Amino acid sequence: MLQIEDLHVEVDGKEVLSGVDLEVPAGHTCVLFGPNGSGKSTLLHTIMGFGQYKITKGRILFLGRDITHEPIDERARIGMGIMLQRPPNIVGLRLNDMVEAAGDGHLDTDETAGALNMKSFLERDVNVGFSGGEIKRSELLQLIMQEPCFFLLDEPESGVDMESIDLLGRKIHDLLYDKKGCGWDKGDCSKSALVITHTGRVLDYIDADCAYVIRGGRIMCSGRPRDILRDIQERGYGECIKCRMVKL
Amino acid sequence: MPDGQALRRRAEEALNRKGAFGKDYDLDEFEAASRERDSYESLEEVSPEQKQTMMDVGVLPEAEDRSGSLVYMDNAVVHQSSADQGLELIPTLDAMDKYDWLSEYSWKAVPVDKDKYTARAYLENANGYFIRVKAGKKVKFPVQTCMMIDTEKRTQHTHNIIIVEEGASLDIITGCATSSHANESLHLGISEIYVHEGGSLNFSMIHNWGEKTGVRPRTGVELGKNASFVNNYVIMKPAGSVQSFPTCYLNGEGASAKFNSIAISHPGSEIDLGSQVVMNAPGTAAEILSRSITLGGEMIARGKLVGNAKDVRAHLECRSLIMSEEGRTLAIPELEAMYPDVEMTHEAAVGKIAREQVEYLMARGIDEDEAVGMIVRGFLEGSIRGLPESLRKEIDDAVNMANVGH
Repeated sequence: MLQIEDLHVEVDGKEVLSGVDLEVPAGHTCVLFGPNGSGKSTLLHTIMGFGQYKITKGRILFLGRDITHEPIDERARIGMGIMLQRPPNIVGLRLNDMVEAAGDGHLDTDETAGALNMKSFLERDVNVGFSGGEIKRSELLQLIMQEPCFFLLDEPESGVDMESIDLLGRKIHDLLYDKKGCGWDKGDCSKSALVITHTGRVLDYIDADCAYVIRGGRIMCSGRPRDILRDIQERGYGECIKCRMVKL
Repeated sequence: MPDGQALRRRAEEALNRKGAFGKDYDLDEFEAASRERDSYESLEEVSPEQKQTMMDVGVLPEAEDRSGSLVYMDNAVVHQSSADQGLELIPTLDAMDKYDWLSEYSWKAVPVDKDKYTARAYLENANGYFIRVKAGKKVKFPVQTCMMIDTEKRTQHTHNIIIVEEGASLDIITGCATSSHANESLHLGISEIYVHEGGSLNFSMIHNWGEKTGVRPRTGVELGKNASFVNNYVIMKPAGSVQSFPTCYLNGEGASAKFNSIAISHPGSEIDLGSQVVMNAPGTAAEILSRSITLGGEMIARGKLVGNAKDVRAHLECRSLIMSEEGRTLAIPELEAMYPDVEMTHEAAVGKIAREQVEYLMARGIDEDEAVGMIVRGFLEGSIRGLPESLRKEIDDAVNMANVGH
C-alpha cells in the first residue's frame, strides 16, 4: 500500500526527517510511536503532501505509484485521507458544504453526521469554536464521507475526554475494518492505516498489525504494537535507541 | 426647512467643492443624460440586452415576488408599478408636487452643499424614486428599483427619498448598472432615507458598472426611536471609480443600523467604500462589516463609528484579502466617542488567503481552484447573515467568473 524509502524532509530549512524507511502493507494498520518532536506529524503531513514539508531526498510509493511530487488533492483522489490533529478554522464555509464537496455523493451527510452526534454542526463554520472532541468528530465525519482506502490518523485520541474516546474509537474501528471496502473505484483495495499515538489508548479500538518507533527523524525500531508499547511504557523511548544500536 | 432660494445659493457655491474622498471628476466633461426616454408599461418590454443588464443586478423583469418596480434610465423614469396598498412608489419630482411636506425631508439627510456632486444633482433638479410606506404597513415582498446609464459620456443624477413611517417595514433591492454602450459615464446618486419610530428597512444594493464608469453616491439615513436599518452593498465586477460613504444618524433611542459591504476590486478599478454611523441617542447600536478582495485594483475600506450618546454599542470589522501582487488595500477603521459609557470596538485584517486552509480542503480531494473558490465565497458572504438570495447569487457568480483559484 505505502512504501517510504530513505525520506529526508526539511521544514523551514531545517531537516526534520533524516532517512525514513517504512512500509504499510495492504490491509495492515501500523502505529507510529515517538516522543514529542521526533517527526511523527511531519511524516504524516509529508505523506499527505502538505506544502510546508520539503522532500530533499527519497521517495514515497503509494499503491505502487511514485507520489513523491504529486499534489495533495491527487493523493486524496487516489485514496489517501488524513485526520489532522489541529485543522485550521475556515470562517464562512459551512461544514456541510465541505463534507459534501469531499464526498462523491453516495453517502448521506445527515445520516453520517447523526451517527457521530455532529448533525447540529453541519450548519456551523468549519472548526470555528469547536472543542477538541468536536474537531475529532468533524475530521472523522469528513474522512467517512471521503472514503479513502489509506488512513493517516494523527493522534486521534488527543484532547478527547474519556466518554467521547469510546465513540471515537468505535467509529475509527468501523471505518478501518468494515467490509464494505473503499468507495473508490480502484478494484481490489483493502483498507490500511498509519496511526500516530502518544498514549497507545487507540490500540484498544484498532487491531494494529505493526508498530514503528521514530526518534530524531529516523525509524529506530519496529515490531508488534503491544510489545513496543509495553517497552516504551516501562523503559521509555531510550531503549529503542539501544535496540537499534544492537541491531546495527 | 431651507427654502428653494437658499438651497440654490448653497448648491451654486459648492459646485467646485471636491469630494472628501476619491478621484475628482470634472463635471463639465460630461453632458447630462437625457430626461426624455420611452417608457415601458411592463419591464418585459425592454430590450433583451437591457433585460439582462437588469437581471445581472437582481432586478427581475417579470417582477414576480416584488411589491413594486421602478426603473430609472439615463435621467428618466421609464417604468413604475406598485401593487400594494400602503406602499407608494412614484418619481421623486411627482412626489414633490404632490406633497408640500416633502420639502421637510428633501436635502435634509444629505446636505446640498456637501460637494460638487450633491450640488450638481440639486441644480439639475434630479428626479429619482420616492418610496413611502405608511404607518404600520408591513410590505411583504421587496420593492425593486434599477438605475441604468444607457448613454456614453453622460451624467446620470438621481434623487431618491425613502420614508418608512411608524411601525412599518420594507425591503428594497436596488440594482445600478451601465448598459454595454455606456462605459465612460458618471453616476451621481443622492439617497435620503428616513425610518420613523419602530420602522424597519432592509436595503440591498448591487452595483455593476462599466470599467470606466465614475460612481459618486451620496446617502444619508436618519433613524427614529427603535427603528432599524440594514444596508447590504455588493460590487463584484470591474468599475472605474466608485466612492461611497453613506452616513447614518441614530437619532432615536434604541435605533440600530447595520452596514454590510462586499467588494472585489479588479485591475484598473478604484473602489473606495465606507460607512459612518453617528449614534446620537442612548441605547443605540451599530455594526459595520466589510469584506473585500483586491484582484489587482485599489481597495479602500473605511468605517467610522461615532458615539455621541450614553450606552451605545458598536462594532466595526474590515477584512480584506489580497490576491494579486498588483493593487493595494487600505483599511481605515475609526472610532470616536464623546461619553465614557460606550462599548465600541473595531478589528481590521488584511492579508492573503491562508495556504493552510487551501491545503486542508485539497486533502479532502477538492482541487485547488475549487478550494480557493470555497474559501473566498465563505470569506465574502459567510459572516453576513440574512443576505438576500439575489446578492448571494451575484457573489457566487462573480467568484466563479473571477476564477480566483488562479
